[in-house]
Amino acid sequence: MEFDCLGLNHRRINEKIRWAISKGKERIILTNVNGQRYIASGLKAEVRINIRGTPGNDLAAFMDGPVIEVEGNAQDAIGNTMNQGKVVVRGDAGDVLGYGMRGGRLYILGDVGYRVGIHMKAYKDLLPILIAGGAAKDYLGEYMAGGIIILLGLTTNRSIIGNYVGSGMHGGVIYIRGKVKKYQLGREVGIRKWTEIDDKILDKYLGEYCHDFNLNFKKIRKKKFTKLAPVSYRPYGKFYAY
Amino acid sequence: MRMSLLAPEFRVIRDEEKCIQCEVCVRQCAFEVHSYDLEEGKVASDDSRCVGCHRCATLCPTQALTIIRYPQEFRRNANWPEQVIKDIFKQSETGGVLLSGMGSDKDYPIYWDHLLLDASQVTNPSIDPLREPMELRTFLGRKPDRLKIETKKGKPRLKTEIAPQLKVEVPILFSAMSYGAISYNVSLALAQAARTMNTFCNTGEGGLHRDLYRFGGNTIVQVASGRFGVHPDYLNAAAAIEIKIGQGAKPGIGGHLPGEKVSQSISETRMIPEGTDALSPAPHHDIYSIEDLSQLIYALKEATCYKKPIMVKIAAVHNSSAIASGMVRAGADIIALDGFRGGTGAAPTRIRDNVGIPIELALAAVDSRLRAEGIRNQASIIAGGGIRNSSDVVKAIALGADAVYIGTAALIAVGCHMCQKCYTGKCNWGIATQDPYLVKRINPDIATERLVNLLRAWSLEIKEMLGGMGINAIESLRGNRLRLRGIDLTETELKLLEVKPAGESL
Repeated sequence: MEFDCLGLNHRRINEKIRWAISKGKERIILTNVNGQRYIASGLKAEVRINIRGTPGNDLAAFMDGPVIEVEGNAQDAIGNTMNQGKVVVRGDAGDVLGYGMRGGRLYILGDVGYRVGIHMKAYKDLLPILIAGGAAKDYLGEYMAGGIIILLGLTTNRSIIGNYVGSGMHGGVIYIRGKVKKYQLGREVGIRKWTEIDDKILDKYLGEYCHDFNLNFKKIRKKKFTKLAPVSYRPYGKFYAY
Repeated sequence: MRMSLLAPEFRVIRDEEKCIQCEVCVRQCAFEVHSYDLEEGKVASDDSRCVGCHRCATLCPTQALTIIRYPQEFRRNANWPEQVIKDIFKQSETGGVLLSGMGSDKDYPIYWDHLLLDASQVTNPSIDPLREPMELRTFLGRKPDRLKIETKKGKPRLKTEIAPQLKVEVPILFSAMSYGAISYNVSLALAQAARTMNTFCNTGEGGLHRDLYRFGGNTIVQVASGRFGVHPDYLNAAAAIEIKIGQGAKPGIGGHLPGEKVSQSISETRMIPEGTDALSPAPHHDIYSIEDLSQLIYALKEATCYKKPIMVKIAAVHNSSAIASGMVRAGADIIALDGFRGGTGAAPTRIRDNVGIPIELALAAVDSRLRAEGIRNQASIIAGGGIRNSSDVVKAIALGADAVYIGTAALIAVGCHMCQKCYTGKCNWGIATQDPYLVKRINPDIATERLVNLLRAWSLEIKEMLGGMGINAIESLRGNRLRLRGIDLTETELKLLEVKPAGESL
């Protein structure tokens, strides 16, 4: 089912999506999307949504299940507190992606902004995966409590991360393709030794990512990755006087 | 063990003649004050461990125990009183941030006690609530600017779409207390009492326990910076969603639930792995402006199809009124203001005792500002943080609140003795603990009954006070500051509260 979103506000778009789902539609195409926020916010369903245009902030916020493909760029706060589902962006995306995301996938083809993957979590079989093909700005993985971030930096030859990576991080793991300078890291994160599990993780999720975007997995995988993990899982354990 | 310079806070006095060595006190105290000395053949007590919660003294079958303040005196010094010295001892021994439980115990002015209520005499006679109907029912949520009524087939019909409302039969809600800070049994009791009294309890930021989803219709769920346990089912189960920006006991800072307290059940409710720290950072990482707040409000409205009021809770601070104006314009349907005497499971002591402003002043400022801007109807106000009794409730409503939040008072109703040690997780009363042995001490049904009794008692008193003022619906009192008079207040305070001094007529 296809909806032309020209001139429609977010409330109408979401109403149309929910209506289509209630009619048993499993594939929805939104055309002429131009900055409308909150698309698929809180949506819990088995559905694929194809977005043509540029969706606004909070795409897939609180979402639980749907698969969204964006044919274009996307803006800030995609996958805010997302529980399950998948968002694939065939372009660049903005700041605060995947805030508090507990599960599902967030695959961005291009560059991402500041504070990406902030406070991502993991719980039981819920494991959020955030992969960006380009570079990221400061505070990647800040306060991260779980899940996996993979940054590829395919769009640039310069440093692909900003500063303060993993500040306050107390769970999860970040893989950066290439080298990382110590000054770029937050205090709570360190460079860790590579193990077999890391290979398995990259093969699985990066493989899926490359498949989704039709990228050459072998070529991308060839370059060495840096693995970042928290120094302590209880960074504030000795903070208080008991 | 290295010697501590800290003197005990309390002395345990055991009347040896009355004590029957039954060891009830030994079993009751999680702080391990009492122990049975095998050699001596009797129970002994260690004053240094006592927190003054009175659990042992209350349960001692022969009333053999008395707990008093430890009589040791420092040399009197107005600049360096006992607490200041002890705090320095403690920090020099631990190197850590001082923690406290519950609200500030400092001697700041309590404006409720400087406000007096009006009563009717001769003209506009008082109403007898025992014989006449009194309405405490309150609707919380956005009210339209005007009502459009159309006539269809000769019958009038409301054309204006009314925003979702919370309906309470008594204008008192239980404020946010998370499962993790309080025990499951207390969470259950609050939910049961809220249902019985047709009001609401609030999950705090710790998620909603699976078994408590059935109370969703009487539950407000919180979305805080840590986003613990937030997912579509959680949002949809609730009657309203509260975005927690701040809390009166610790404005401007976040919260840390230490890993030791993240048991299996807490882990399931918060949806984080067992034993990991639950960190709630100070700000929401995606909110740096009113526009950003609006974005979260609308993300939640979209997620719940505009069926529930979205609340925003802030701590009472200097600039509350301007912030509140922004909150209303950002789309908040209800704003919750939490005064600096508000309680907490754990707050850094310095923050608790020094940051924020009293709820009375913040409430007056916010209500005045929203009225002045002509947007007071667009959001309801819930005031909390230091509401101790029914007259505080009546005064809060006269100052401009639609309803109040109570937290500390509710916990006292179920047995809290205000020892302020919630953060230790060893609450002997079974309230602020996750230790199964201690949690059992609260019988949820008895606790529910006590909470229901408290709300019932307060509503009877509120009706009496309303009747005395010649008012038969609480709505008529809201923001009616002419029914208040200030006593022993400076001109500036009277001006801020917009209240006339006692003795001044209309």
